[in-house]
Amino acid sequence: MKILVCISKVPDTTSKINFVDNNTKFDENGVQYIVNPYDEWYALVRALELVEASGGTVTTITVGTSSDDPTIRKALAIGANDAVRIDADPTDSFFVAKQISEYAKNENYDIVMTGKETINYNGAQIGGMLAELLDMPFVSLANKLEVNGAKATLERDVQGGIEVVEVDFPFVLSASKGMAEQRIPNMRGIMAARTKPLNVIAPTDHKKLTSVVKFELPAPKTGCKYLDPDSMDELVELLHNETKVI
Amino acid sequence: MSVLVFVEIKNKLSKAAKEAITYGKNLGEVNVVTYGNASNEVLSQMGDYGAKNIFVYRKINEPNDQVVSKLILKAVEKLNSEFILLSQDQTGKSIGPRVAAKLEAGHISGAISLPEASDDFTVKTNVYSGKAIAYVCVHSDKKVISILPNSIQPEENKVDVSISEFEEDLGNGRIKTVDLKPLGDGIPLPEAELVVSAGRGLKGPENWGIVEDLAKSLGATTACSRPVADIGWRPHHEHVGQTGVAIRPNLYIAAGISGAIQHLAGVNGSKVIVVINTDPEAPFFKAADYGVVGDAFEVLPKLTAAINNFKASQR
Ligand SMILES: Cc1cc2nc3c(=O)[nH]c(=O)nc-3n(C[C@H](O)[C@H](O)[C@H](O)COP(=O)(O)OP(=O)(O)OC[C@H]3O[C@@H](n4cnc5c(N)ncnc54)[C@H](O)[C@@H]3O)c2cc1C
Repeated sequence: MKILVCISKVPDTTSKINFVDNNTKFDENGVQYIVNPYDEWYALVRALELVEASGGTVTTITVGTSSDDPTIRKALAIGANDAVRIDADPTDSFFVAKQISEYAKNENYDIVMTGKETINYNGAQIGGMLAELLDMPFVSLANKLEVNGAKATLERDVQGGIEVVEVDFPFVLSASKGMAEQRIPNMRGIMAARTKPLNVIAPTDHKKLTSVVKFELPAPKTGCKYLDPDSMDELVELLHNETKVI
Repeated sequence: MSVLVFVEIKNKLSKAAKEAITYGKNLGEVNVVTYGNASNEVLSQMGDYGAKNIFVYRKINEPNDQVVSKLILKAVEKLNSEFILLSQDQTGKSIGPRVAAKLEAGHISGAISLPEASDDFTVKTNVYSGKAIAYVCVHSDKKVISILPNSIQPEENKVDVSISEFEEDLGNGRIKTVDLKPLGDGIPLPEAELVVSAGRGLKGPENWGIVEDLAKSLGATTACSRPVADIGWRPHHEHVGQTGVAIRPNLYIAAGISGAIQHLAGVNGSKVIVVINTDPEAPFFKAADYGVVGDAFEVLPKLTAAINNFKASQR
């Protein structure tokens, strides 16, 4: 089985989010980057489990600059065989999906995986776009994946229930919680990652269809009103009359 | 300007559908495309929100990604739609990007506002898991916008509707649904207006009765913090936060949750937050509108009783 896992770097989940240059740029000062948790914990780890069980390779792919290399090495340390980086700034989803599809279209992957979304842009767009560009089915938000011969069985949360689906290869999936458990790379993995191939390739020329004009922080809460545990009637009255949510 | 809204309708008009049609009405004349076997009577209710022409594809009952994308693309071609609107729910997340990629149209996923009043087409979305807002500008002529649930207030705007069936056969997609395990008939978390959530402070799964009682008295959906789902006290789909479900209900009640930054990220879009915690220093109080310093085992039943009294007095 040949699996491609799309990974991207995101600020560590404890990062304070601030902006510079008139609120047009993310303030990277003091920010640590990690592999997007959905890409790493769920997609990458499940891909590794599948090839460990029945053979094959796991390649990671990233559209990004050399500043992505440390997080790509982390994915290699966890166990991916090799990595591809398309050397461009990933500022628009269509642009990113197009770059990856141009690379993937001749490589005959059985499964192309993404995380369900990144925790910085939360777009949840790349998987679906890739599926369309590669003319494959897209199993979105999958939380379980089993392979049996020429078919895969997946589960995903849908409105009101859990849907079990079957699909033959190749296909694209986006991974959500439940698909696998986080793996901590060991020393051997970290050493091996240093010499695993990280192929940097040039982007193909494609337009960008969206751009972020500016960022804003949500209005802070104005302060908490404290109530005594014995004043729950008063709380209910405030929820009804003051904030009108019940 | 021609607007195409994709909606899913089971046996009644969903809130998501009303939100998307209302959004569309603000951009131009609204055409709707949908699938399934909802009656014409239910379909025509979309006219109350301003939908003029409704096209329904009756050959499928499940939202297969390839078939539904094809359906939307056919409708876009036929109607020469400039705006394609969906809801940012499970289906929207699998269809929106497909349609956008095919059309080479800029895609805004998770819009929380109508376009800004400016020359270029700019819409707000949540980024950094709700820790910030981005103003995203679309440069292409066609635009695919999926709307975050609970972001747009549905508005009635009655027009005469016409319903027609989409006759062409769009074939099958490769994904086959083999089973659908229902999770009860509660309102799913991303759409819920009222949410009652609890964390490790509840000490064990056997204590969730008081959380469920409060949820039941309010008609709320239940949620939990990540460790609670990870240790198996509650199902994964209840996990809210940066690495779980992001929610934006009108009311979020959190008991025995400390308010870690990753938890807050997924819930701080809630209009009103009530925090119940024994520790007056719990960080969650900084993000709360109302706080109760106290033991959840004592406060939750009292709050449930107060809600029940209030409901009885409303009758
Ligand atoms: C990469 C990453 C991603 C993460 N993503 C998420 C996420 O998506 N969602 C999430 O929730 N967490 C997430 N976390 C975990 C997060 O950092 C916290 O560990 C977690 O939210 C804590 O859960 P908790 O509040 O239930 O438990 P605790 O932090 O243990 O807090 C329990 C609280 O209960 C209070 N308490 C105890 N007894 C009582 C009582 N009887 N009555 C009332 N209050 C009581 C305590 O004072 C305390 O404040 C993530 C962490 C990482 C590193």
